[in-house]
Parts: sequence; C-alpha cells; structure tokens
Amino acid sequence: MKGNEAMAEAAIRAGCKAFFGYPITPQTELSAYMAKYMEKSGGVFLQAESEVAAINMVYGASASGQRAMTSSSSPGISLKAEGISYLAGSDLPAVIINVQRGGPGLGSIQPAQQDYWQATHAMGHGDFHILVFAPASVQEMVDLIIEAFDTSDEYRMPAMILADGLLGQMMEPVSFPDEVKIDKVDKSGWACSGHKMQREHHIVNSLYIEAEKCEEVVRKRFERYAIVEEKVHKAEVYMCDDADIVLTAYGASARVAKSAVNQARKLGIKAGLCRPITLWPFPKKELNEAVKNASDVLCVEMSMGQMVDDVRLAINCSKPVHFFGRCGGVIPSPKEVLEEIKKLAGGKQ
Amino acid sequence: MAVVFEKPHGLCDVPMHFCPGCSHGIVHRLVAEVLDDMNIEGDTIAVTPVGCACMSYDYFNCDVVCAAHGRAPAVATGVKRTNPDKYVFAYQGDGDLAAIGTAETVHVGTRGENIVIIFINNTIYGMTGGQMAPTSIPGQVTQTTPYGRDPKTAGYPIRVCEMMSTLDGTALVQRVAVDTVPHINEAKKAIRKAFENQKEKRGLSIIEILSVCPTNWGMTPLESIKRLQDEMIPYYPLGVFKDVTKEGEEK
Repeated sequence: MKGNEAMAEAAIRAGCKAFFGYPITPQTELSAYMAKYMEKSGGVFLQAESEVAAINMVYGASASGQRAMTSSSSPGISLKAEGISYLAGSDLPAVIINVQRGGPGLGSIQPAQQDYWQATHAMGHGDFHILVFAPASVQEMVDLIIEAFDTSDEYRMPAMILADGLLGQMMEPVSFPDEVKIDKVDKSGWACSGHKMQREHHIVNSLYIEAEKCEEVVRKRFERYAIVEEKVHKAEVYMCDDADIVLTAYGASARVAKSAVNQARKLGIKAGLCRPITLWPFPKKELNEAVKNASDVLCVEMSMGQMVDDVRLAINCSKPVHFFGRCGGVIPSPKEVLEEIKKLAGGKQ
Repeated sequence: MAVVFEKPHGLCDVPMHFCPGCSHGIVHRLVAEVLDDMNIEGDTIAVTPVGCACMSYDYFNCDVVCAAHGRAPAVATGVKRTNPDKYVFAYQGDGDLAAIGTAETVHVGTRGENIVIIFINNTIYGMTGGQMAPTSIPGQVTQTTPYGRDPKTAGYPIRVCEMMSTLDGTALVQRVAVDTVPHINEAKKAIRKAFENQKEKRGLSIIEILSVCPTNWGMTPLESIKRLQDEMIPYYPLGVFKDVTKEGEEK
C-alpha cells in the first residue's frame, strides 16, 4: 500500500470522523482515498477552499468532540499554522499530516525534511508545543496515526505526523490492527455539541483578556507538557551498544542512515543509529543512552541541519556532533553517508 | 406580580462590555430571543468572531466555539458537518466577514452550508479602534482613511448581500437594520426565518444587520442612528436579496 493511502486508512480505523483537505503534492493520494472511503465509514470528507479553511474546519469538528484530521505538504502547513496555534491555545486535539517537500517558498515537490524547526519549535505564534511523530516506514505511518489520535486526545493537544514525499509515495506491505479501541477519552466535560439544557454552556476559546489569566492558562498547559515530555518519547536504537560513531536521523533519512551503518559494519567500522520516532518530545533519554560509548555523533537530514541542534542540546554537547545533509528535495545516498562515516572513523581505524 | 419583560434565557446574566449606543447588545438579544422562541438553545452551537463580539462567549448561553479572525464560517462548517442535527450560527463583523474572511464567507455560501450567519455591518473596525472596514463608505473618515475613504486608493466597499445572493447555495440573503423599532422587529423576523431555514436544511442564510458604532464614528448614539439612516441605508439598501422559500418565490 502507498504511504499516503495507508495513513488515510489508518485514520479511518482510528475513528477519525472528519477529514478536511486541500490538494497539494506530494500528499494528494491521501485526500483522494478519504474522498472515496470516508463517507462509507460514516465520517465526513470535505475539500476546503484553502488550507486555512481546512484547519479551521478541523478546529470546529474537534471543538464538538469529534476526531478530526487534515493533511498537507510544507507550503500548505505554513497556512495551517494559524489554526494550529488556535487549536493549541484552545486545548483541542487534532491530527495534522505533513508530507514534507523541498522549500522554502514553493520549493520543490520532492521529499525533504526542511520543516523540522517549524514542526518542533515554531508551529505558530505563542508559547506552545504539539506532538510530532516521525514514521520511517509505511507500517509505522499506520501505527503512529493511531497513536497520534490517542495521545492527542489524552493530552488535549494537536499532533503532527511529520512524514515526507518519499514515505508518502512509497509502497510497502502493511498490516492494520484488527480492532482499534477508540474514544478512550471522555470529552463530555468540554465538547461543544449542544448542552440540551442539562448543563452550563461550554466554551472553546483561546482568548484571555487579562494578562494574569492568560499566563495562568499557559502555565497550566506547560505543566501538562512536562508530563508529556516524561511519558511520550520514543526512538529506535540500532547497534549502538558498541558503536564509536552514532548516527542520528529520522524518517526517510533514517532509512538511508541505516543502510550506511550496515555497510560501515561490513567494513569493520563500529557504527550505530539512533532514530527519533517522536520529535517532540525529543527522545533525550534514548539518545543519551545510545551515544554513551561513542566518540562522534553524525546527524543525517534532508535539510541544511535542523534536528542537529536538538541533538547537541539533548546530549549537552558532550560529544562532537557532525552534520551531513542534502536539501531541496534531494535524498542523500547511503554511499554519501558512508563516506562521512569513513571520514570520522579515519584517524581511529 | 406579572413579569412583563425579562432577559431571554439565551443570554447569560452578565454585564456586557459593549459601548453605550452600540448595536451588538440589540442583535445579541434578538438572536437569544429566537433561540428561546424556537426552544433550541440546548441544540445550538454559536461560533464567535474576532472583533467587538469576540467576548460573546460570555453572553450567549448556548455552547460557544471561538474562531480565529475571519474563520468563523469554516469553524461553523466543521461543527455542523459533524453535528448535522444541531443548529450552528456564526456571528461576525464586517472586517471579519468581508475582508480577512471573504474566502470562507463566499465558499460557505457556494457550498450551501446549512448554517446561519449573523453579519454586523457598522462600516468600521471597532475593537482595534476605528480603522477602515471593507464596508466603509466612500468619503468616510476613519483612523486609516483620515481624509475620507478614497476609492481610487482604498477601493470600493463590498455589498455583501448583493454578492452572496449570486451564489446558488444561499437560501436567504437579507439586509436589515436596527435603527428603529419597526426595523428591529423586521430584523428579528429575518433571524427567525434564517434559523427556520436551517431546520428545513435549505442552505446558508445570511442576515446582514446595519449597525452603529458611536464610539469609533465619534458621534452620540442619536447622531449615529441618523448617520445609519442618512448614509448607510442609501448605500446598503434594506431588503430581501434572495429567498428560496415559498414565501420568497411568491414575492
């Protein structure tokens, strides 16, 4: 199954009741799949007039207590930023998919990872975080969509699947869980779906005219973020136990990095890979554990170097952190990455 | 003792922040009365805007979702599509609806979204202190048109009802005013009809309400009403621009 279609099917199985989209390459198959199957599954599909409208439709559906999702690619995500800030400010769950392409501006339509900073550090105005999940295979896209809906509901915060054009367009075998337990979280305490004259009215809102009140609300939200940072962090750690050189990479570039690690091992170079699966919260614990015995860290990205900052921060610059990346829609080859590993291993062999 | 006049249940019992002479209070009351009359408060979700009505979440007694500037029609779409048996209305001002939210407004109309829009047209941005609105009349002095709105540089006003009535998905497009008691009664009838249309799943009903903003017009409430009558009604004629009900066809 194609990555984009697998994510759509996973969302339907995760109990997504509303999908609002807008066409953009390279995620269009996702919308097309939703158009075909959403209504059949008892949900709502609507092609909005813009990405701005689509995210605000998600906001409305979520405010009424429904699981809602939108998907786009880099330039479209910028347009959704306003709505994502309002979702965060109103403590609403939602799932947003970004099938990244090259940037900035209209950029290219090929796979890239140039929206890391946006997703993890600056997804809109104001002090807030969103959950960011980074799948590296079609199967993981399916698993993380379900997890994203659950986690987003549980902590009342938006969740993003930060994929890229390679994963979206790639075909791989995939299996769906037989039964997904949905609606684990009771939303009746805040959802706006009519009070039936049986309770006080609910208000979904991000406006606080009094500065002290606004601060209080933000502080409370950050207390929740602290719990999320404690509980929600995940990474795949591959051959790091004895590794001298630990690579860090997420998503499509992690696939390339893994190939390079395998080739390096064949050459007798002790290389390993730590692949963050959650980008926010960043898997600091796993990374620190992975680099414990390493002499060097090499961060591989399809960007000019964004996650590399978080890697340095996470390990408190305790090891030299090097960077190799291609950008604009160019995917690094395992051979290129292997050359970088060899350079680092050079003096030590 | 018999109660002859009271606050509608659809309004919360709290003081409003609106300036003296402002029309928002009247329109809030009319909407709340309709919710009472139709007994639908418990099945209604209001979507409020950015602007002077951004604090309406404290005033409407039904559930309220607060939207970003101009996005109320999109938010209302999200609520309505997932709750088709509920009543959903968006309450928006002129800057919200006809400038930053023009795309959302037009598309909610062309999709025939089965909701109600209450559109307050007072030809000015109130909350931010009196800047030119998309509906400011040529010659109107505002903070950002200090020499009067000159269409050569600032463009022409948008006549929203005239525009919305061209769209196939709209059910009721009507412009009313709240300057006199007969007009206020007329406005209430229009709002009631809009909600009835939603009940009958007829599509979008948009009621434009010519309103006053004494504070930002720099006028007394009485002078403001006179301006509405002398300058606004001639530019924005009152009336029904589209009505797909039988009553409308007979006209």
